[in-house]
Amino acid sequence: MSKPARIRLLVNGVPITVAPGTTVACAILIAGIPARRSVTGEPRGPLCGMGICFECRATIDDAPHQRTCQLLCAEGMEVGTS
Amino acid sequence: MSENWDVVIVGAGIVGAACAWQCALRGMRTAVVEANFIGGGATAAGMGHIVVMDDSPAQLALTHYSQTLWQGLSKSLPNDVEYEACGTLWVAADEEEMQEVHRKREVYTSAGVATEVLAGPTLADAEPQLRNPLAGALLVPSDAVLYPPCAAAYLMSQARRLGAQLYRRKVLSARAGKVRLDDGTQLTATRILIASGADACELIPGLPIKKRKGHLVITDRYPGFVRHQLVELGYLKSAHSSTADSVAFNVQPRKTGQLLIGSSRQFGAEDSVADPQILAAMTERAAWYLPKIGKLSAIRVWTGFRAATPDKLPLIGPWPEDDSLFLATGHEGLGITTSLGTARILADHLEGVTTAIPAAPYLPARFARSAVHV
Repeated sequence: MSKPARIRLLVNGVPITVAPGTTVACAILIAGIPARRSVTGEPRGPLCGMGICFECRATIDDAPHQRTCQLLCAEGMEVGTS
Repeated sequence: MSENWDVVIVGAGIVGAACAWQCALRGMRTAVVEANFIGGGATAAGMGHIVVMDDSPAQLALTHYSQTLWQGLSKSLPNDVEYEACGTLWVAADEEEMQEVHRKREVYTSAGVATEVLAGPTLADAEPQLRNPLAGALLVPSDAVLYPPCAAAYLMSQARRLGAQLYRRKVLSARAGKVRLDDGTQLTATRILIASGADACELIPGLPIKKRKGHLVITDRYPGFVRHQLVELGYLKSAHSSTADSVAFNVQPRKTGQLLIGSSRQFGAEDSVADPQILAAMTERAAWYLPKIGKLSAIRVWTGFRAATPDKLPLIGPWPEDDSLFLATGHEGLGITTSLGTARILADHLEGVTTAIPAAPYLPARFARSAVHV
């Protein structure tokens, strides 16, 4: 059996390697950082994990406020957290 | 507790709150009655654009007077009011509208309002997200934006600090110096001020006020996407039309980085439900001016009702059909801007002193039944 392909992406410029089918929210968790900060500066990450709470938003390929729990990692993707 | 008042104000939107502050400041025993929360009606639904407008000389006088008062107050406003003197850019799409830029500049200059004409390339530098090329724009740097419900709350808190009393009740009737509340309380007042926007008609049937529905969209936070309040010059055509549904490009940057996208005007639509066709027309218009706005996330949509009068001027002063009744309503889309000027004029009427600007154009008497035959 061949080894499953791995996907490489950048989280705040740091390379992360994940299995296909991994959500961006998960890649951010693997990187060990919050997805975003609240208006008052509190760290935030996925709460509902199903696109409702908007707590896991991050910038993906220059598009701000993307719900990372609803997006799968793609080769070469650039993720920016705040 | 005294229930005899110098003035009882019905409505704690931004106009009622500003009047309450002004009355309390002048030593009047002031009560305010509001069934909802402070600034919860048209005040909360509006954009919060402090704007000098020149639809008529009287409108120019009142908006300029009020803008100056906001500027003077701005340093005292708490942070949550989010006052920001970002200025207005009146955007000219073509050379014909550029003529309007020059005409508008002359009018503003003669009124003592500083402006600056931006040619197409300068406009593109000032607002890189705007469609390019455009003919140009008129910049009015003294215009500002704020968050209206917090502004109303601030004005009301100032009034209460000076002794004004707030009754959280619905008003059942207000006439002949008596204001009856829905818990049975009756307040006695030398003067009653009706400042309840389009709802004023419920207390005074026959007032020349119609509801003019508006829609707004708010986006997520995109700091720096636009830097000024952007309004198309065609806005005046939209605002001035008295019949048809209309939309006009009007986008406001909030201090939070959010964008408010407007605007729409509809008569005869008294249902508060958001209308998808109007929203589509509004956002398409915004996307013509700001091609990348469609990529931003809108997070909420709502509607509100402006209190519109037939001549586009508010009703400020005594209501001739009842010696105790005064009005401060009918501000249509300019209530946030003109609340402070309205409050001064109204308080001047109550005290019987001369107003800082001519008050006649706003007198409700111009619509009173007795005046029709004059």
